[in-house]
Amino acid sequence: MDWILLAELSANGVFVGLMYALVSLGIVLIYKTSGTANLAQGAIAMTGGYVTWALATLVGLPMWLAIPAALAGMFGFGLLMERVALRRMIGQPVIMTIMLTLGVEIMLRGLLPGVFGAAVKRLDIGLPQQPLFVGELLINRATLIGGSISLLLILISLAFFNSRFGVVMRAVADDQTASWSVGIKVERAIAVAWGLAAVSATAAGVLWGSTQGIDWSLSLLLIKALAIAILGGLDSIPGVLVAGVIVGVAESLATGVLDPLVGGGSRDVVAAVIILVTLLLKPHGLFGRHHIERV
Amino acid sequence: MFYRRAGIRHTRYQDERQLFPLGFDRGLIIAVIAILLAAPFLFDRLYVSGYLLPWLIWTSAALGLNLLMGWSGQIHLGYGAVMGIGAYGSVHLVRLGVPLEIAMIAGGLLSATIGTMFGGAALRMKGIYLAMATLAMQYVVDFVISHSSVISGGSLATLQVPAVRFLGIPLQGDLPTYYLAFGVCFVITLFMLNVRRTSFGRALAALREKDYAAQILGISTFRYKLLAFWVSSFIGGVVGSVLAVTYLRAISPDQFHIELSIQILAMIIVGGLGSVLGPFFGTALILFAPILLNNLLGFTAGTLGWSLPIDLRAHLPLMAYGALVIGFLLYEPLGLAKIYANFRNYLLVWPFRHAQR
Repeated sequence: MDWILLAELSANGVFVGLMYALVSLGIVLIYKTSGTANLAQGAIAMTGGYVTWALATLVGLPMWLAIPAALAGMFGFGLLMERVALRRMIGQPVIMTIMLTLGVEIMLRGLLPGVFGAAVKRLDIGLPQQPLFVGELLINRATLIGGSISLLLILISLAFFNSRFGVVMRAVADDQTASWSVGIKVERAIAVAWGLAAVSATAAGVLWGSTQGIDWSLSLLLIKALAIAILGGLDSIPGVLVAGVIVGVAESLATGVLDPLVGGGSRDVVAAVIILVTLLLKPHGLFGRHHIERV
Repeated sequence: MFYRRAGIRHTRYQDERQLFPLGFDRGLIIAVIAILLAAPFLFDRLYVSGYLLPWLIWTSAALGLNLLMGWSGQIHLGYGAVMGIGAYGSVHLVRLGVPLEIAMIAGGLLSATIGTMFGGAALRMKGIYLAMATLAMQYVVDFVISHSSVISGGSLATLQVPAVRFLGIPLQGDLPTYYLAFGVCFVITLFMLNVRRTSFGRALAALREKDYAAQILGISTFRYKLLAFWVSSFIGGVVGSVLAVTYLRAISPDQFHIELSIQILAMIIVGGLGSVLGPFFGTALILFAPILLNNLLGFTAGTLGWSLPIDLRAHLPLMAYGALVIGFLLYEPLGLAKIYANFRNYLLVWPFRHAQR
């Protein structure tokens, strides 16, 4: 076995996994506050990428202005989505919210490539592309920087939960009725969770868009983000971080080790296998709370 | 005045327990069946094999999924994979020389076994966890089918369906294939109409409403959830093999991807969860609305002299799907079947509304 290759794959996998974790952060935020599964997260990440590209290329904003503008715009999009669609689903069976977010995913996946064109868009945010050598390891500098930015953002979101509004959101996550009775605006906390989820998805969309270009395939991040969310436990943000690294490394190792054996494509199935194994062995994930109702 | 309920008084319990207690409904059903039976002689070839045949096949699949999602309230995001298992299983058997009738049943049994295995693994969870498990099943099955050349059929990854006979009639040309699809759809519809009058159907309904309440009433939730997965996957497998034999004729792994699952899901959401009539409407809308919309847009653009970007028209079906699913969930969660039922109830005794019970 070639240890250098394995070490290289794992090192790159860590950073790729952190970039996946950024997408997953939104799913966890929303599940934590409202108990709703957000299957539109992949498409929202794609939308964020497209919006940034449109602001930079079609409107002509410089990149340092386009990204904050896109983040702000997508925060509004998240709020709007919660207000127009998800709030009406309160009290409906879980199947309805799952289908609704899936519907949003399908529509966005058709709408944005349809409006802006299906060809791959280049988004240059100034990440250097040439690889970096650490000893004998070859590390992709773009994913290194992207992963570090993701790590920073996830840590910021952890810190956010200690702020005043973060405590409010934790209270809502704990018990909606109880927080209602002490005067917390539950709807507002849920709406902000959707907004923040859209922001984290946009950040992920920009980072992924700058490494692989922007087209509909960005929405395929959904299955990886779901695998991370399930493995980490659907309501734990530190879980996202750990599970992101695990999924990233597993995927990268599978690409390097399994692909020559089965003839390619094992990258896509790793996430699915992780979901299945987690649900079989430890359904509440590594850090999730033990609240799954079993019948 | 289409539905003359006024003046109909049932005097025996059997009369009211019929599938269609109203004479008008019976007449309507018979008329629809007669039109469908005569369709190959009435309509153009293009319409029969290009529109009616896929409509019947996709409706059968949607009915099978509706048993699971509408009746027993479980979520399945990997129904396309279930159909794929049935299609591949039966086509391989047919290629080995097994008669089609047996191969279809065997394909269904194979789907039922594998589908129940995945469903059973996740059976002790519900809601989003079940959705995730079935979604993962879709990806795993896709991967296994497309990466084992024994299953997918070599380098080009398409598997030709050989010339087959069904009950001694060679399935060639439009007539026999259409009638096979019609027959399968008819049998499945009949099953779905009757299943809710059996103890099995009532148990599933109890399970959907509240599973632990059902358990308290003495309905084994584990057993009936497993059964619901089994029956629904069996129907999926049989429909998958019908799809392969009558419509696709050469199957490749990408025909059973997540897109198919989402398409069928959209059909039952738009048509109406837990209704038998719903999937018929939903399938028609989901299959044909994008085509109609595309033609309409092309026509308007042509007459007004706009030039629409090609990407926009290529992505129109996806947008239409998504918009239909969102729209129905927000404004009519019970789907087209509910709209039809409202219309029908209004006309039931019209214009003598005071006669409504």
